[in-house]
Amino acid sequence: MATPLARRGLLILPALLLAGCNTVVMKPSGDIASQQGHLIFVSTMLMLLIIVPVIVLTFWFAWRYRENQPDTSVPYDPEWDHSTMLELVIWGAPLLIIIALGLLTWITTHTLDPYRPLERIDARHPVTAEMKPLNVEVVALDWKWLFIYPDQGVATVNELVAPVNTPIRFKITASTVMNSFYIPALAGQIYAMPSMETALSAVINKEGDYEGFSANYSGAGFSDMRFTFHGVNQASFDQWVQSTKAGGGALTRPVYQDLADPSIKVPVRRFATVDADLYHAILNRCVAAGSPCMDQTMVTDVNVKPGRSNEHE
Amino acid sequence: MQLQLDPMKLIFGRLSLEAIPYHEPILVGTFIMVALGGMAVLGAMTYFRLWGPFWRNWITSIDHKKIGIMYVVLGLVMLLRGFADALMMRAQQAMSFGDSHGFLPPHHYDQVFTAHGVIMIFFVAMPLVTGLMNYVIPLQIGARDVAFPFLNNFSFWMTAFGGGLVMVSLFVGEFARTGWLAYPPLSGILASPDVGVDYYIWSLQIAGVGTLLSGVNLLVTIIKMRAPGMKMMRMPVFTWTALCTNVLIVAAFPVLTAVLAMLSLDRTFGTNFFTNDLGGNAMMYVNLIWIWGHPEVYILVLPAFGVFSEIVSTFCSKRLFGYTSMVYATIVITILSYLVWLHHFFTMGSGASVNSFFGITTMIISIPTGAKIFNWLFTMYRGRIRFELPMLWTMGFMITFVIGGMTGVLLAVPPADFVLHNSLFLIAHFHNVIIGGVLFGMFAGINYWFPKAFGYKLDDFWGKCCFWFWTIGFYFAFMPLYVLGLMGVTRRLSHFDDPSLQIWFQIAAFGAVLVALGIASFIIQLVVSFLRREQLKDVTGDPWGARTLEWSTSSPPPDYNFAFTPLVHDNDTWADMKAHGYQRPTEGFVDIHMPKNTGAGFIIAACAAVCGFGLIWQMWLVVIVAFVALLVSTIVHTFNYNRDYYISSDDVVRTEGERTRLLAAHV
Amino acid sequence: MSDLTTSNAGTLPSTHYYVREHHPENGTLLGFWLYLMSDCLIFACLFATYAVLGRNYAGGPTGAEIFELPIVGLNTSLLLFSSITYGFAMLEMYKKNVGTTMLWLAITGLFGAGFIYFELSEFVHLISIGAGPQRSGFLTSFFALVGTHGLHVSFGIIWLITLMFQVKKHGLTAANKRRLMCLSLFWHFLDLIWIGVFTFVYLMGVLA
Repeated sequence: MATPLARRGLLILPALLLAGCNTVVMKPSGDIASQQGHLIFVSTMLMLLIIVPVIVLTFWFAWRYRENQPDTSVPYDPEWDHSTMLELVIWGAPLLIIIALGLLTWITTHTLDPYRPLERIDARHPVTAEMKPLNVEVVALDWKWLFIYPDQGVATVNELVAPVNTPIRFKITASTVMNSFYIPALAGQIYAMPSMETALSAVINKEGDYEGFSANYSGAGFSDMRFTFHGVNQASFDQWVQSTKAGGGALTRPVYQDLADPSIKVPVRRFATVDADLYHAILNRCVAAGSPCMDQTMVTDVNVKPGRSNEHE
Repeated sequence: MQLQLDPMKLIFGRLSLEAIPYHEPILVGTFIMVALGGMAVLGAMTYFRLWGPFWRNWITSIDHKKIGIMYVVLGLVMLLRGFADALMMRAQQAMSFGDSHGFLPPHHYDQVFTAHGVIMIFFVAMPLVTGLMNYVIPLQIGARDVAFPFLNNFSFWMTAFGGGLVMVSLFVGEFARTGWLAYPPLSGILASPDVGVDYYIWSLQIAGVGTLLSGVNLLVTIIKMRAPGMKMMRMPVFTWTALCTNVLIVAAFPVLTAVLAMLSLDRTFGTNFFTNDLGGNAMMYVNLIWIWGHPEVYILVLPAFGVFSEIVSTFCSKRLFGYTSMVYATIVITILSYLVWLHHFFTMGSGASVNSFFGITTMIISIPTGAKIFNWLFTMYRGRIRFELPMLWTMGFMITFVIGGMTGVLLAVPPADFVLHNSLFLIAHFHNVIIGGVLFGMFAGINYWFPKAFGYKLDDFWGKCCFWFWTIGFYFAFMPLYVLGLMGVTRRLSHFDDPSLQIWFQIAAFGAVLVALGIASFIIQLVVSFLRREQLKDVTGDPWGARTLEWSTSSPPPDYNFAFTPLVHDNDTWADMKAHGYQRPTEGFVDIHMPKNTGAGFIIAACAAVCGFGLIWQMWLVVIVAFVALLVSTIVHTFNYNRDYYISSDDVVRTEGERTRLLAAHV
Repeated sequence: MSDLTTSNAGTLPSTHYYVREHHPENGTLLGFWLYLMSDCLIFACLFATYAVLGRNYAGGPTGAEIFELPIVGLNTSLLLFSSITYGFAMLEMYKKNVGTTMLWLAITGLFGAGFIYFELSEFVHLISIGAGPQRSGFLTSFFALVGTHGLHVSFGIIWLITLMFQVKKHGLTAANKRRLMCLSLFWHFLDLIWIGVFTFVYLMGVLA
């Protein structure tokens, strides 16, 4: 009886092995993601220290203490139900593992905090003062991604380009519903939420084309809400910026409002110019002419004086 | 909101003939099958004159045993719907690559995955758990019924009608397309203007009231109605886990009620709880729903842990190892389950210190959980293990659940979660623990207590088929999903472009087919067992050589459970009684005070369901009338002071005498 | 598998294992307490929501601008007095006086009705000046919290009237006394919640 169970248990191993091979989470191309993949590996190994003995013991006890056990020397102790020593081990061993894991958690959660400015390009190269980060403003729309490059003054839909080994600083929001900005090869994900701004620090270490998408279901066009992230060398990046600027198209407020209408499987678009305060307007929900900006409203709300009565009657 | 003075609007609201999906072939086909099947059942009931007995003995029954059985039946029926959804999802995801878009456009696929989650959690797992607790607890503590038998009946019908509303959404209107927790702004009125989210809200609100009242009921039962001598530390472990589960229910479900009410106010009256503009905050919803949501999964798994404790002890013919630490572990899990909810949204940007706090509390929960696994292991140690069906399920649980637990602790590390959140790795993790833990626990419990409830065991061969198909099917269905998650694939997708993923989805679909065979085996098991019930009969009331009080009664127990209330001296009370040569009393019986059946619970719940339907379609006249009817029938019920009766001692003598004869003939 | 008929040698008599008559304690009050605490949790969620959304005026009216403390003070007194009169009703119940119990219950109900009347007129007024629940997060959470409390008081009044009929019909039986005690818990609980509302919503809203 234990043999088929054992056979079944072994099925898990190939999966784990394969997991190491071609899985982007375990073999990404960005430093943040690779630290996270490494963390997954270490945590799993730590836990297997407990899990593997448990599974082995389960099979072993099931086999050894089965009722039709022919070996009569195997003891049967129906009243034995307590052992302080064993309890200490039972509670203590997992506790030690969790303490180790907890320390690891505290440290890595802080070092890999998406809001934290990047401190290293990879394991051997820290970020230096001369490195100018690439700033990208991300807006999750229905159902496509808008990328605004404030320093370069261009914008794209469903295409993200960045130079390798350069810190990237994302600021992320959304237009209507919650999405999640995720490029597995690059870094962890972070939610994109309307009227709120999240941030992500990342760096891409290898040139290549990578998948990006939304990792939070957002409606009918969700499955096609994908984009390509191109990691390129600095020269190619500069060239791309130039050709985008030369290509024309202006991302003005009316163009944005058109863009924000629901659409699925949107092809790549590029804009040579972007309205200077468009991102600010999107974040504060005042793109439409005449609508109040949220940050302004919040300032008035905070500065409300007490004791004013009936002013709105 | 302007008052609609148009009478058609007042009566029919948003409901029109367009709500019926006659141009959807899958739905039309389903409807035809359901209609035919339904007519067959209704026809049979009429032909065999079963309506009267059905009303008198089941619908109006306040007997915890009958109500427990009805809950389990509800859960199993809804399992068929929820699993049909799963099969459709697996098929779609195995097919939809490149130019092929499968057979479910997003509009439908998105309802299917939402319905799958809602049904499985609220209308399969919850009823199964509640049903087992309802059936077993009074018997285990030596009581004759729960503390509030009428409320028990009412709670069941609220749950059943909630499930009914979800089923109605299949044929009238549509269901939500938001995922099972319906986050706003997606579930708000702007992004989901149709009735789907309203079906979601009201079916859960109605079922939620039932669950909450059930929680209060079972808590008072366990606290107040234990047999004399059964101190807290002499209760069976299943009763302990039920106690903690019901504490969780009473403390968590109000949050669900509140947050769903807020969402419905946003949708119906344009309030600003969770809107993007005018000062709403969608993150508030996420927090509130998970403050409910995390305790909910412990509500599901703790009773399963209790079931396994009973089964391991019985089938190893040995006292449970570490009873005291089992109890404390359960209590610690209960308390800690309130301190972890943020791990469901590490990626929402709460900052490193907040994230690590919740990550660490989540990991801490694995310590008492691990202690339980070890305690079961060491109960097996130096036992004499019989691999009957309940024990097989337990073994499957012990292997499967620890893997799921491990991936859970992994996900509790926030930076790891940043790459795995909402991926198929997450899906694999929670199915791993829910199937490996809750579902295996329910099958174990059903196989274990079935003879008690019906007087005969379940067929062994088909039970083994069910177990192996489910277990092997589970691994084929979900191990590929771990791999896919590590390949960066996110959840809730209905179409893929990367062909290298397809093989994994095909393997997973194969696994789903195996599980389908498992479910089919279970149905066959039920039928075959019924046909073979004379051979499988349990005469003694204790077919497993078990250790707790419920096994001292006949199978099935009489209405009154115990002719005389047991007096308890030790844990494993029945084992203690057997070891000391306990003899059943055969005389001196007295009249027994019992509660009466009533139709009030069914009627009030039906009014609530109609009111819910009206709210969904904004049929305001229906809402008002149904609400008034609800109020009036409740008040009328409270005027009924004649709620109990006595079983005469003659009847008791007769029942107990029959059992004596049966036992004598068996020996 | 079971051992019902083993020999009696060296065993305790079976009466050691059962009692002839057993009357479990009545669990109604415990059950009601548990329900009440779950209700308290609903209010806790509403308070929490008010804490989060309570300063989101969205450029609209603030608490200071719309709360009229005199009316709120009147309402608070009405509710507090109704708790006192319910207390008197309970004292009369213990003394087994049906008539005076009913009298104090009726006065309690009237105070409660007064509370609801003034609260509803406050709501109507606010809506008429554009300060309805749709205006802002602050107003949404305000109306939800205060409105839910008001709904509970209304149901309490319906319950009170029903109980008055039942006491009239059956007298102060054990069942009716239990029901009166449950309503007592409910009524005082609502009073307590109102103190929270009065303090955190109205007073702090005006002083903020």
